[in-house]
Amino acid sequence: MSTRLSTGGRLIDRSRQLTFTFNGKSFKGVEGDTLASALLANSQTIMGRSFKYHRPRGVMTSGAEEPNALMGLGKGAKFEPNQRATTTELFDGLTAESQNHWPSLDWDIGEVNAALSRFLPAGFYYKTFIHPRPFWKHVFEPVIRQSAGLGKVPKERDADRYEHFYAHVDVVIAGGGIAGLQSALEAGRAGARVLLCEQTPHFGGRAPVDGVSIDGKPAEDWVAATLSELEGMDNVHIRPRTMVAGVYDHGYVIAYERVADHTPEADAPRHRLWRIRTKQVISATGALERPLSFPGNDKPGVMLASAMRDYIVNWGVSAGDRTVVVTNNDDAYRTAIAIKQAGLDVPCIVDARPEANGALPDQARALGIEVKTGMGIAGVKGLRGVVAVKLCRQAGEGAVVEEVVCDAVAMSGGWSPVVHLWSHCGGKLNWDEAGAFFRPDHARPPTSHDGAGFVTCVGSSDGALYAAEVLPNTSAATRGMLGQIGKTAADAPVVQADAPDEAPLAPIWMMPQGAGPKKRAKMWLDFQNDVKVSDVQLAAREGYESVEHTKRYTTLGMATDQGKLSNINGLAILAGELNAAIPQVGTTTFRPPYTPISMGAIAGEARGDVFQPLRRTPMQDWHEANGAHWEPVGQWRRPYCFPRDGESHRQAVNREITATRNSLGLLDASTLGKIIVKGPDAGRFMDMLYTNMMSTLKPGKCRYGLMCSENGFLMDDGVVARLDEDTFLCHTTTGGTESIHAHMEDWLQCEWWDWKVYTANVTEQWAQVAVVGPNARKVLQKLGGDIDLSKDALPFMAWAEGKLGAFDARVFRISFSGELSFEVAVPASQGRALWEALLDAGAEFDATPYGTEALHVMRAEKGFIMIGDETDGTVIPQDLGLDWAISKKKDDFLGKRGQQRSHMTDPARWKLVGLETLDGSVLPDGSYAMAEGENANGQGNTQGRVTSTYYSPTLDKGIAMGLVLNGPDRMGEVLEFNTTGDRTVKARIVSPVFYDPEGEKQNV
Amino acid sequence: MLLLECPYCGVKADETELTPGGEAHLKRFGPGSTDEAFEEYLFLRPNPKGVHFERWRHAHGCGKWFLAARDTATLEVFGTYTAQTTEPPEHIIDAIRAKRPDWSQA
Ligand SMILES: [Zn+2]
Repeated sequence: MSTRLSTGGRLIDRSRQLTFTFNGKSFKGVEGDTLASALLANSQTIMGRSFKYHRPRGVMTSGAEEPNALMGLGKGAKFEPNQRATTTELFDGLTAESQNHWPSLDWDIGEVNAALSRFLPAGFYYKTFIHPRPFWKHVFEPVIRQSAGLGKVPKERDADRYEHFYAHVDVVIAGGGIAGLQSALEAGRAGARVLLCEQTPHFGGRAPVDGVSIDGKPAEDWVAATLSELEGMDNVHIRPRTMVAGVYDHGYVIAYERVADHTPEADAPRHRLWRIRTKQVISATGALERPLSFPGNDKPGVMLASAMRDYIVNWGVSAGDRTVVVTNNDDAYRTAIAIKQAGLDVPCIVDARPEANGALPDQARALGIEVKTGMGIAGVKGLRGVVAVKLCRQAGEGAVVEEVVCDAVAMSGGWSPVVHLWSHCGGKLNWDEAGAFFRPDHARPPTSHDGAGFVTCVGSSDGALYAAEVLPNTSAATRGMLGQIGKTAADAPVVQADAPDEAPLAPIWMMPQGAGPKKRAKMWLDFQNDVKVSDVQLAAREGYESVEHTKRYTTLGMATDQGKLSNINGLAILAGELNAAIPQVGTTTFRPPYTPISMGAIAGEARGDVFQPLRRTPMQDWHEANGAHWEPVGQWRRPYCFPRDGESHRQAVNREITATRNSLGLLDASTLGKIIVKGPDAGRFMDMLYTNMMSTLKPGKCRYGLMCSENGFLMDDGVVARLDEDTFLCHTTTGGTESIHAHMEDWLQCEWWDWKVYTANVTEQWAQVAVVGPNARKVLQKLGGDIDLSKDALPFMAWAEGKLGAFDARVFRISFSGELSFEVAVPASQGRALWEALLDAGAEFDATPYGTEALHVMRAEKGFIMIGDETDGTVIPQDLGLDWAISKKKDDFLGKRGQQRSHMTDPARWKLVGLETLDGSVLPDGSYAMAEGENANGQGNTQGRVTSTYYSPTLDKGIAMGLVLNGPDRMGEVLEFNTTGDRTVKARIVSPVFYDPEGEKQNV
Repeated sequence: MLLLECPYCGVKADETELTPGGEAHLKRFGPGSTDEAFEEYLFLRPNPKGVHFERWRHAHGCGKWFLAARDTATLEVFGTYTAQTTEPPEHIIDAIRAKRPDWSQA
């Protein structure tokens, strides 16, 4: 039974009691506890259930690698699933619930999965999918769906806030153990700008727990002194609770700071994402202890030896009263010694090695602990906890030699350096035969922009596992790194650490060595995903020889702990089954993040109103005040329509169109792109950009133009006005402005760089209003000014500059509606005043502001194309009947050669027509014109599609445009269009110009 | 996340400040070119594993297009240079040869 000891616990303050709840029950903990240590202190050993078999699970570790003790934390808008109890700092009022159980943690119906485990072997999902589908659908799927899945998804919008930090430093040091601290000291003294990140709230790592002495002092004292020296350095920045999550190309590093997880009421962001550029990364990330693969190694009460030591030394918590220690190395003896020194029993140490005669085993024996060498564990007795272990010869098949009564098991299968940060950008690893682990290959580091390595592993992360090696290794490696960034290490002696010598481990991958199938089916490799030794062996027998394939087939290492405990053990089993050496089998790829980071941190501030910047026209406030219904267009929001009280959007749109066609409509056209093209070669450049001839356009005149890509496909359209001999103003679509400007710059800078042309995107310099309708001229004339707006002085497709009332205006006589229309541009600062002046002057004409939908309907009534509706990146102007806008005189323009390709000149193409339903209804958007027969995939053939479709209030019927095979040659023909249901709709091919085909209305 | 120095403004630009533009030093083929030449210009890219000349625009910076010589496998950058050239300048070639003695220009 786990409990709080009466003394000890270097990280806790027993005088400060905290209250928290777990599965609705109230518990007490103390300041400094983790959720895991507090639960253990309350004898709550079962903390969760496994993913597949729902086996009861206790906490296995004391840190970031924890596979079992995953919790849902908080409530409602502050709920977060899958949080590790081992890395959750306790605070007063914390609420936690265990996961993956139904109906309760203690009694779980899903445990039946465990009874069925021989039907759920490796590759179960894949195999079941292959077998007859009904079996999956009716038998397995309902069971799996009930019982699968980790934490619940939060249901409410996240109430917390998050932020991003940006930092530029010389060195990022990941890990604040003694190696990280020593490295920071070396780099800090050399004057480098250092960011030291430690994922826990505490510095010093394992050294204070393991009784290491440094410089003749206890490690704890050295850590405190070092931290205080570092804090005095302006060039060193120290960040606890901050995990270096990933290392990316060219020294880009992501770190994840849990700012306020432990103080949820604080006025602070919950998490902070650090986006760092660094010259060098120091990986001082230590090592992780490996489990041993013996039958029953997943039962609550079986724990990593190092974790059990941590709980005693750091939090004054024991895992049990009688603990058996099982190991293949000397380090685990430290746990036995710590347990004994805490006044608890260690009936024996089971050491798989033939002998154990080092300093630590001797110390254990001196404390009266029996050491059983050459032995292993053949089984663990107990259902929801440990009541005894069965011992056997490690070399044999598992015949039980004796049974030892105990309530906890501490296991150690050796240590693996944490090489994740070394590997993220491609650092290679070597297999270390003596230590039985992968360590960084210094000859093949991850390389940066200059081809040189930019990650350095120090201490245990580099494979220097013993305390005495750590500091010399760290100093030497850090000094080498400093040379690379042009810094000189300070002249200080290398600090020495002292700890008892340790004998080498014995690589034990299975316990006992000759275990049969029944035992192997009880040896867990991946605790969270329930992958056992037998599963990996089965995968190997079924031909999964690549470690990456085996991983996906068995789900080994695919859980939220990403194989931190299971990777090497699984690899060794696979290698054994394949009769290959471990380095030949290789390791899986380490990918960021090191441990999961919150979605909130990734989003940072970018949510809600600041998700992306909003571009506003000068008239935006007026639109807002007058009830505009918005439509997003790029980063703009444009009024879709202006509904009045009680009006539907549809009714508002119809009213706006009718008012415009009958009298006067006003459109805020400020978002329209406006790009200046200027210079002696401007005409030449314009002739390359546009399909038609622009160089012949006279100053004072406008011309509609098309822009194509080199492929020949239509990419943008708009009216060009020639401002003077060497200046053109190009109007582009609202959404296309930036890309068209970039397109222009691309050709100017990269192809025709000797042409004397300059471009400028002046979109936001101008406010623009389309004044549209039969009374458009009258309202402008009412404003007064010095521009002659008469038909003769300012004919269709001309423009003029001057005073319009008090405004400095450019007036363009262009029309996208087919009505008499003027587009008036004024400096942006005058836009709101112009808009209101037009409304005032237009009151007598029922001046009606209209939105984008009315704009769209009116242009469709006139058969004008819209980029993005009639075009989709595969349409050439010739498809749209725009041959008149393609110059035959020009030798070259962008897209000309592309349009000469055989497929583009094929007469049998889908071309633009108007479509009119026989019953007057509106054709469904995107519907297809059906054709005879089926294609190779058994789908019905098609011969056209609808590109724009609207109800026209002007004509009181549905109108549509579409692309139809040889369409213009098939006027009057009736086609059948599909719908999303069984119904089809008949429509006749007509001219796309539904309204005023002679163009009389715009030309008055 | 790449870091490329813009040869115009001198800023060491983060990849998020840049837009990529594909292979550099393409020769444009327009009207009058053969189908084969036009196809190659428009579509065919060798996409080598190793030394590559490519186009980048300092889009969220000075707005200039520039060219970079980069190893597509190791991401080592041999140099960046202005876009107003039809072939890589001598100092870039030298920088590549110094690091990749076996490299030959296609
Ligand atoms: Zn620049």
